[in-house]
Amino acid sequence: MTQGRDMEQMNVVVVGHVDHGKSTLLGRLMADTHSLPDGKLDQVRATCARNAKPFEYAFLLDALKDEQSQGITIDTARCFFKTERRRYILIDAPGHVEFLRNMITGAARAEAALLLIDAREGIQENSRRHGYIISMLGIKQICILVNKMDLVGNDQRAFDSVRTEYERFLRRLDVHPVSFIPISATGGVNVVARSRAEMPWYTGPTVLEQLDALERPGSPLELPFRFPVQDVYKFTEGGDDRRIFAGTVLTGSVKTGQAVTFYPSGKQSRISTVEAFHAGPRSTASANEAVGFTLDTQLYVRPGEVMVRSDQTVPLVGHRFRANLFWMGRAPMIKGKNYKLKIGSARVPLKLVEVLSVLDAADFVSEHSKQQVDRHDVAECLLETHHPVAFDQVDRVLDMGRFVIVDDCDIAGAGIILERADDAASTVAEHVHAREMAWESGSISAADRAAAYGHAARCVVLTGSDAGVLAGLAGGVELALFRAGRKAYYARPANVERGLEADIRFRGEMQEEHVRRLGELARLLTDAGLIFITSLVDADDDDLKMLDMLGSPGEILVVRLGDAVAGNLSAHLALPAGIDPEKGVAAVLELLAQRRITPQPAVPEKA
Amino acid sequence: MNEPKNGTLESSTLDRLEAQSVHILREAYREFKNLVMLWSIGKDSTVLLWLARKAFFGHVPFPLMHIDTDHKIPQMIIYRDEIVRKWRLNMIVGRNARALAEKRTFPDGVLTRLECCKALKTEALKHTLSGEWPRLRFDHEAGRYVEERHGEAFTGVIVGVRADEEGSRSKERYFSPRDRESDWNTSDQPPELWRQYKTDFAPGTHIRVHPLLDWTELDIWEYIGREGIPVTSLYFDGGEGKRYRSLGCYPCTKPVDSKSATVADIVAEIKTGRFARVAERAGRDQDKEDGGGLETLRREGYM
Repeated sequence: MTQGRDMEQMNVVVVGHVDHGKSTLLGRLMADTHSLPDGKLDQVRATCARNAKPFEYAFLLDALKDEQSQGITIDTARCFFKTERRRYILIDAPGHVEFLRNMITGAARAEAALLLIDAREGIQENSRRHGYIISMLGIKQICILVNKMDLVGNDQRAFDSVRTEYERFLRRLDVHPVSFIPISATGGVNVVARSRAEMPWYTGPTVLEQLDALERPGSPLELPFRFPVQDVYKFTEGGDDRRIFAGTVLTGSVKTGQAVTFYPSGKQSRISTVEAFHAGPRSTASANEAVGFTLDTQLYVRPGEVMVRSDQTVPLVGHRFRANLFWMGRAPMIKGKNYKLKIGSARVPLKLVEVLSVLDAADFVSEHSKQQVDRHDVAECLLETHHPVAFDQVDRVLDMGRFVIVDDCDIAGAGIILERADDAASTVAEHVHAREMAWESGSISAADRAAAYGHAARCVVLTGSDAGVLAGLAGGVELALFRAGRKAYYARPANVERGLEADIRFRGEMQEEHVRRLGELARLLTDAGLIFITSLVDADDDDLKMLDMLGSPGEILVVRLGDAVAGNLSAHLALPAGIDPEKGVAAVLELLAQRRITPQPAVPEKA
Repeated sequence: MNEPKNGTLESSTLDRLEAQSVHILREAYREFKNLVMLWSIGKDSTVLLWLARKAFFGHVPFPLMHIDTDHKIPQMIIYRDEIVRKWRLNMIVGRNARALAEKRTFPDGVLTRLECCKALKTEALKHTLSGEWPRLRFDHEAGRYVEERHGEAFTGVIVGVRADEEGSRSKERYFSPRDRESDWNTSDQPPELWRQYKTDFAPGTHIRVHPLLDWTELDIWEYIGREGIPVTSLYFDGGEGKRYRSLGCYPCTKPVDSKSATVADIVAEIKTGRFARVAERAGRDQDKEDGGGLETLRREGYM
């Protein structure tokens, strides 16, 4: 037997309707490949005898709370065993529909699937649902085990009937099973040992032979390079000055010196070094490696962007896409609600735009009239994100075409992207349009207020990388305007966070929601005739565009402190990062005067 | 301390496991502010510590925590502090000072093994994490531990459990929420797929992160060999034909009969030798009490 760790490993999920024999099959596979700890089988047999119940292989897996808990290396969730060909991790996915989340968790790790169907009961709801989910998870190798053949007299016709019906179902999903195997898990027939006595008509492989005949899926190395930026590190301890873009390479490979582009921002640079701890110097990185890169140029890129090779196919970038998804959330997925999309390392607010069709799990016919996606539904939907996101169609780059949806802290949905949809009017634009159409102005007009206050209303946004410096400047501008008799107000971020945003839990991720609220605040306070000052750390063009849209009809004025980091290029005023505070304030006041928000200062020499 | 030489074992399995663990560690660091890593001084959490250095390119950007029961084998503590100094770790030690002072322990004959685990480990962990009990933090300037009161509460805890250790651990997720009382609901766990984990939490929820879930005992030893990770000498036979396979408190942990003196010996022993089919925690007595004792303990917050 091969003992090296060069030995191949394969994750196989075992699925099927409840009571169709998954645990028994697993117990049998473990026992018949001699993968149980010494004495384990006898122990369980003895326990059964003591309790006067018949021994079942399934008991081997009922391990969570039993007297052998200190001695087992198998468990209800994962079993390990090996053949001469490779090491297997068998994942036992629960069959009951209530445990669909567990089933999906297990199945998502698998490279192949064994799906059990009870020969007596035939195809049940979860036989279909699991088949569908397996196909959606992108598992191409699926073997159908028609179990409990002993209970139908090992009759070939019973086997053929299940086979014909299920094959028809799978064909509709464009799934082509590797094989159908008639087995009796209880009797161990066609599991590890072949038993011609029971089913002489069956000449195909046993379960174990079939497992060993499976091939690992094609290498993601052949695909275009995709590297979602998980984080950007600058650990300064010990004089470390590397700025490292960290993440896991999804597909493809890359070398130092390679020109790269980040999406959705479109920023470009070149790979300087491949970073790794306690590994020799390296110049390449490829699929499935968790690595880090430094770049040739100082580039401001947020976690969530995808780095790709500039010489390869670019990913799609857009607001809207058509997707297949399954829903696990307790609450249904509905229109108008804010969800969070997680794709690659990006997290973006997401809305359901349209339910195109829902597959009914019981009979698997499409329903086109549903307006929401209920728990355990599989649906085709049109989805929209606040920010543009980068992705690939699932049939091009699998890993870049699948996503999960978070509803109120929980992963409630998972899906695959079929294609990008037209970025028609975004929901923000629609929202602003509807809001403005219905805006109630009362009998004081903007001009009345401007005349009374002696200046126009405007939202001024200060952005830069240092929150403290921004706050200092914003406060300075507020004070200077106030002393000059202007109606100005600086919404201090800490106050906004503690009050208006007390329900936002995680700042980093909720940048969009933060911007949305600031935008609405800007709309109200400029309607009040104020010069509304706000600061937004590291705002990019998307943030500013959204703020501008939400704050409309009044345009926002952008003041940037520090270098033009990529993605934030459109400032009305750019100030050096280390500018003297007084000079900074004066420059902003001058901008307001130039723009005729405030009156031109009286010219001193006309005294 | 034993510093094995770099092995030559090339392994795609180890590479895959390493990459996955690194990804999970980075995800935890990205998502959670008050993060701490438990370091039991044993081989698993030492591998975890090594993986953190991999993930963060030589740095460990969060504190490590060790719950000292006062009954740890003395070499463990010596080894711990050597590594703390060498790698300049931000080290926190917690203990149930009251139970120890009042001698309410199993070795004192007052508690059963499980009650003792609960008092010295589970309770100490809970209150040290929350910051309610004083902590000892290693002061690298002074070269010793300094008491620290009213420390911040840690809401994210990185733990080196493996799925193959025993039944209850196999049901864990990589990111596993616990409520305020550290309760764990095994039947209602968040789904995990496509390298996406549950990283959003309602206030008051604690999160446990398990980057080593998919590693086996053999993977751990092969990785220690490949990377040359320093582990405590207790794991190796010093000439008496005995060594520890799993470390804990001395009253409840017995060495096993084994002549393995190197990492390579241990790997061979687990693969083909006498340990190939004997459970790893067979030397840990608390597991044997109360049937599924460990699950009871884990529900209550044991790691």
